[in-house]
Amino acid sequence: MSGKEYRTITDVKGPLVFLNKTEPVAFGEIVTIRLEDGSLKNGQVLDTSDELVIVQVFEGTANINRESGVTFMGDVFKLPVSTELVGRILDGAGRPRDGGPSIVADENADIIGAAINPYSRQSPHDFIQTGISAIDCCTTLVRGQKLPIFSASGLPHNDIALQIARQAKLKDSDEEFIVVFCAMGITAEEYNFFRSDLERTGALENAVLFVNLADDPAVERIITPRLALTAAEYLAFEKDYHVLVIYTDMTNYCDALRQIGAAREEVPGRRGYPGYMYTDLAMLYERAGIVKGKKGSITQFPILTMPGDDITHPIPDLSGYITEGQIVISRELHQQGIYPPINVLPSLSRLMGSCIGAKTTREDHKSVSDQMYAAYAQGRELRGLVAIVGEDALNERDKQLLDFSGVFEDKFLRQTRDEDRSIDETLDLCWTLMSSIDTKYLVRLDQKWIEKYHPENK
Amino acid sequence: MSNEGVIYRISGPVVTATGMNAAMYDVVRVGHEGLMGEVIELHGDKAVIQVYEDTSGIRPGEPVLNTEETLSVSLGPGLLTQIYDGIQRPLATLEEVMGVFITRGVDADAFDLAKKWTFEPIVAKGDDVASGQVIGHVQETETIVHKIMLPPGKSGKVKTIKSGDFNVTETVCTLDDGTELQMMQKWPVRSPRPYRQKYAPDTPLVTGMRILDFLFPLAKGGAAGIPGPFGSGKTVTQQSLAKYSDAQLVVYIGCGERGNEMTEVLDEFPHLIDPNTGKPLMNRTVMIANTSNMPVAAREASVYTGITIAEYFRDMGYDVALMADSTSRWAEAMREISSRLEEMPGEEGYPAYLSSRIAEFYERAGRVETLNGDDGSVTVIGAVSPPGGDISEPVSQGTLRIVKVFWGLDAGLARQRHFPAINWLNSYSLYPQSLDQWFRDNIAQDFPEIRTQVSGLLQIEAELQEIVQLVGSDALPVDQQLTLEVARMIREFFLQQNGFHEVDAYCDINLQYRMAKAILAFQESAKSAMASGAQLNDVVNVQSRTDLMRGRFEKGYIDEIDEMVKKMTAEIAGTVEGN
Repeated sequence: MSGKEYRTITDVKGPLVFLNKTEPVAFGEIVTIRLEDGSLKNGQVLDTSDELVIVQVFEGTANINRESGVTFMGDVFKLPVSTELVGRILDGAGRPRDGGPSIVADENADIIGAAINPYSRQSPHDFIQTGISAIDCCTTLVRGQKLPIFSASGLPHNDIALQIARQAKLKDSDEEFIVVFCAMGITAEEYNFFRSDLERTGALENAVLFVNLADDPAVERIITPRLALTAAEYLAFEKDYHVLVIYTDMTNYCDALRQIGAAREEVPGRRGYPGYMYTDLAMLYERAGIVKGKKGSITQFPILTMPGDDITHPIPDLSGYITEGQIVISRELHQQGIYPPINVLPSLSRLMGSCIGAKTTREDHKSVSDQMYAAYAQGRELRGLVAIVGEDALNERDKQLLDFSGVFEDKFLRQTRDEDRSIDETLDLCWTLMSSIDTKYLVRLDQKWIEKYHPENK
Repeated sequence: MSNEGVIYRISGPVVTATGMNAAMYDVVRVGHEGLMGEVIELHGDKAVIQVYEDTSGIRPGEPVLNTEETLSVSLGPGLLTQIYDGIQRPLATLEEVMGVFITRGVDADAFDLAKKWTFEPIVAKGDDVASGQVIGHVQETETIVHKIMLPPGKSGKVKTIKSGDFNVTETVCTLDDGTELQMMQKWPVRSPRPYRQKYAPDTPLVTGMRILDFLFPLAKGGAAGIPGPFGSGKTVTQQSLAKYSDAQLVVYIGCGERGNEMTEVLDEFPHLIDPNTGKPLMNRTVMIANTSNMPVAAREASVYTGITIAEYFRDMGYDVALMADSTSRWAEAMREISSRLEEMPGEEGYPAYLSSRIAEFYERAGRVETLNGDDGSVTVIGAVSPPGGDISEPVSQGTLRIVKVFWGLDAGLARQRHFPAINWLNSYSLYPQSLDQWFRDNIAQDFPEIRTQVSGLLQIEAELQEIVQLVGSDALPVDQQLTLEVARMIREFFLQQNGFHEVDAYCDINLQYRMAKAILAFQESAKSAMASGAQLNDVVNVQSRTDLMRGRFEKGYIDEIDEMVKKMTAEIAGTVEGN
């Protein structure tokens, strides 16, 4: 394109720059802004008309003045993609951060990403074994699923995400995932934790990292996950890899979205977040899946911290409406010293039904999972009652269920950070633990599985 | 002024054009790529357009072409079994043209225009035909006869009429005044199709779901809202309705929902059998899938596309059920467009016209006398996704004001794995009065009374539960403990239903009635046994009651239930000491 530089900035407000008297500028076009000291900033066109162009600046608008020169690059934001990405660390705008050379592009991919035709999708059905009992048994992960971790500040969601990244595999297969890791506004300390863990286990060689830290420009966070997903799509649908995308922390992403909305004086929705946040989040989450005729897949693990542990906050709420379930981390369990502190009761995997059973996990999985859930739910409820009427007032069944809820947390949930339980081990463990309850109270278990798997009958 | 203008401004899905002759709701082609859009506002020379495709890369100065037509759907043989996006482009065709990702600037016919259908005329030369009259039949699928109708507003004397195989654009009939009629007609989506008059609904839409049919029935031609937080089973409920309700045709709109979920429906439906006809379910289904990441303006249009198709089949005299999942996403699309237009917002940023749009949409439901004197209906069932599950928000409230049936999904029940997680205490239906006669005539004379007894028991249970929370159930007198036990039976045996179980997923309405009677029979016999000294524990634990309850998962239950009830009452009577 022209490459002509304009010095027609009229207003600068928050992350936005307003300028007039330009050539016709495309919606979504990439912009560079040259400051007086010669340094460059990047931005993207948010609104364009004959008279006025609004540019959102990724690096923040510090030092931009009316003398700054604005050049329109003639194209929308693209990420150079190639298999060279694997093993690299990039910053939040896609530039090398590891001191290595620039990526030699195999192609330049539009980062917005087109929607997958629902008719062209393939239903996910491959069981992913994470080695974490609570997930494998109760909220089973499926390849091609988007399953967020709903956590809160001060909880070990990062450890869980890393453990999943390390251990995730298809049952009876050594096929590994490429991990695309996307950091949005996390602290350098958290980032170092992720990075050193990936380095330690050698996973870094099979990973692509996009990193926007807490002190990096907030607005850049809008594009960071898009870059990560564009890389993931390329690796999955062009190069046949199975990709696991972990992004953290979605809360920071949404806050950046709110910041731009406020600067544009948009009418806010709930809690000041923009009304289009649902659509915006969907444009990220929906980039998970499997498509017909392609070998690869994208599985997503977004992490979000619920402000004030509130699951009805717009961020977890809107996410929950888009994602295929959620894994909820519990402060209460964490404080009891249980790792991983996954509360299975509000957790859910919507795709679980399609990937468990004789062909994939084990014939008794559904039955066992239902019974474990039900018994634990009842046991937890009884704790409230015991607080009022005392344990002596319980009948035999209730006593057993109450005890079971403790065992469930201590033996089933609790495992170490490097403990990788196979699905068979997990299910066998369930049977061992459930045998503390009289069989006649285990109404959700199929009789034929009791005969086959119950420790008494083995 | 001509029908060509230029782009002046682009802000996301909203584009402003100047220099173009335009009327409200005209469909336009935007930019060099010809993206589809619709005029939604006029300011002097400027026309504001909502664009149904992604606008990045489009520049001011590019051309805009006005087609001078309003957003319309094509109606004719070929609609059934189709899967469309929000603006009636078949997804299968899009896949052929664009590959697996939806790119832009592609137009696609709503159905195969070349395909020949066998047209059998039912009018003859010289007949007078009026607006909406059926002139011929096409056997579109095994189960559905597509009736070819005169478009509304057209009438005259038949000059020629053909018989044989034609495609949908070939003329099959001409009228005296020279009007040529084809099998395909178009209709603007934002205008309801005309009818003679609306009737009061008097027939239930039987869904096979016990809690719905028995406690909160919906009438054919009625409207229902299903609000619920995420994970409470809205989509599963909607899908069950699409599968099992006794409508003759189903239009299913996936509006702004999950891609994988839509895929599941698309995978599953072709293999499902309609319990009412024994034929594949797809034969009676039209699907519209506009997932959450597809363009927002097309999502706004998708519900109108769907309901117009539904009305078209209604005009043939069919009972049509339309499911919209979820209307909240539609409302959000309106909000997004409205905020781009910088309109003054109403509550929570939604446009001030939100509630009137919702009302207009649900008002297109109804049982009508069609233009040709037939009787047809459109039943609308809209899912609502209130943020945080709090139904005080504008979309839920706007919906509740207009619908007569409210099926309230409850996160607590879902967490207890009580499915369908419809809360029996706050849900309601305003139809029983108009439907009771049907139930009396077709199921049983005392059907309404049995329903009242069952819902009364659930009400009493709720009150008793409050006391139990404080003092424990053992502290209650035995008759109240029995009431709790009966209510538990209602919940676990009757209200809970496994939507994935091959037998339990669909429950015949006659069987529903007998199951309810069985519960009351248990209550009666337990009461009298206990009055003669039987222990509550013995009464509750009789094996025949467990058998009765388990029986609902077996085929042929309806033939055995009466026998099982007899066995149970006998066994309960036997628990009286000394017998």
